[in-house]
Amino acid sequence: MQIVSAIIQGVLLGGLYALFAAGLSFMFGVMRLVNLAHGALAVLAAYGTLLLVQAGFVSPLLAMLVIVPAMAALGYVLQRFVLQRTLSESPLPSLLVTFGIAIIIANLLLVTQSANQRRLSLGALDTASIAIGDIRIGVFPILVLAFAVLALGGLSLVMRRTQFGRLVRAVSDDAPTVSLMGANPRHIYAIAAAIAFGLVAVAGVANGVQAGFNPSSGDMLLIYAFEAVIIGGLGSLWGTLLGSMILGVVQTLAATFDATLFQLAGHVVFLIFLIFLPNGLIQRRVRQ
Amino acid sequence: MLEIDDIDVYYGQLPAMRDVSMRLDDGGILAVIGANGAGKSTLLKAIAGQVPLASGRILLDGKDVSRVPAFKRARLGIALVPEGRRLFKSLTVEENLLTARASKRSGPWTLDAIYERFPLVAERRHRRAGDLSGGEQQATSIARALISNPSVLLLDEVSLGLAPAIIAQIYASIPLIREQGTSILLVEQDVQQATRASHDVHCLLQGRTSLAGRDLDLADITRAYFGA
Repeated sequence: MQIVSAIIQGVLLGGLYALFAAGLSFMFGVMRLVNLAHGALAVLAAYGTLLLVQAGFVSPLLAMLVIVPAMAALGYVLQRFVLQRTLSESPLPSLLVTFGIAIIIANLLLVTQSANQRRLSLGALDTASIAIGDIRIGVFPILVLAFAVLALGGLSLVMRRTQFGRLVRAVSDDAPTVSLMGANPRHIYAIAAAIAFGLVAVAGVANGVQAGFNPSSGDMLLIYAFEAVIIGGLGSLWGTLLGSMILGVVQTLAATFDATLFQLAGHVVFLIFLIFLPNGLIQRRVRQ
Repeated sequence: MLEIDDIDVYYGQLPAMRDVSMRLDDGGILAVIGANGAGKSTLLKAIAGQVPLASGRILLDGKDVSRVPAFKRARLGIALVPEGRRLFKSLTVEENLLTARASKRSGPWTLDAIYERFPLVAERRHRRAGDLSGGEQQATSIARALISNPSVLLLDEVSLGLAPAIIAQIYASIPLIREQGTSILLVEQDVQQATRASHDVHCLLQGRTSLAGRDLDLADITRAYFGA
């Protein structure tokens, strides 16, 4: 029974990881950019929400109506005017710049918000749970998982069915030729970044409710998201969801034997995948 | 009308095109010929906005587009069928065609019109572009450019690497395209193919104009082509 419970908790945790990893996976899939500031941005969104709640917004959910669009706008501007300049044959410039952004965000938060662990509260929803037999399942984690599946499903539908989705896929095949079709690749990249930043803002708030955060908790979030993306297969959205679930389940299963194994087990599974299945579970079909 | 007015193009320090001028009337056709490295592709890329001009001007219907970015030139009606076709390989043929709707131009070339006139493309519409043969790719690349209903169509070596029968099919579509009011600037290495398609010929040699005119003598063209 304990095992079943751990698997269910793991799948739910996977939902949170998927929300984190989706933006990372999407940005890599579209513009081959590994955003090392991804975790720090999630924490930034959580602090933004916290400040709005303290300033009198009733609930973090209401504050998200401001924070998510604000983060999306930040994503557009950052991509269009900063990250765009780092895109080249070499991945190094974008890695260095996003790493720098991560450090700047973490230190700004440390200076202005102190190193204390903070938490966002949704009131009764924080601890609400439903019981199935002996197993108790948190309502909020279920909501997070449902949102993650909806968000990834929606994004994947947009990618397959809409003109924007076609152009995004075209731009990751051959950006200069997309401009011959009358679309501006830089604008498409920037919108993709806006979507990724919006998603990571939701993830940051969800994590703030479920686990809490401090200025440096972005590092661990980035590592989990990164591991989920690699396990699932670079650039594949459904692979990312699968990778997140595997990571979540492994962590919670290991923790039922010994709570200290939680992190180690996840990393070990990630390494096993990296050695035996370096392209991940779902590989993108065509690359020139 | 497309006017090229005394343009220079540099790749770094290297001059790729010097003092080239030409004009293409509405509904007209002009063949640019030259050997490898003569600057033919550079000329088309400069017109489409993929390489910047060092000096000179490019005018579309009297409007200077020299500083207009490539995606806006596409919206103004300049369509390039690039060297090597450059299809989006992970997209299907139909999805490739639909991307050109980003130019937001309407006209006679709808998806249905394309499928009617290009059976080769219609048959393969749900195939991934990366899985097509060379001829099918070339036809798709031309069809994709047409979806934007261009006023000027730039064709870069559409016969390269294709079987003669396929080349004939592709050239047979040129009158069809001009009928709809699109003017064509085509680049060729094959002199005979070029002179058959167009009365007006412009010959480039090492980035400069070596000969230009109407119904030219083949011996003169050959001399201009090789610089002998």
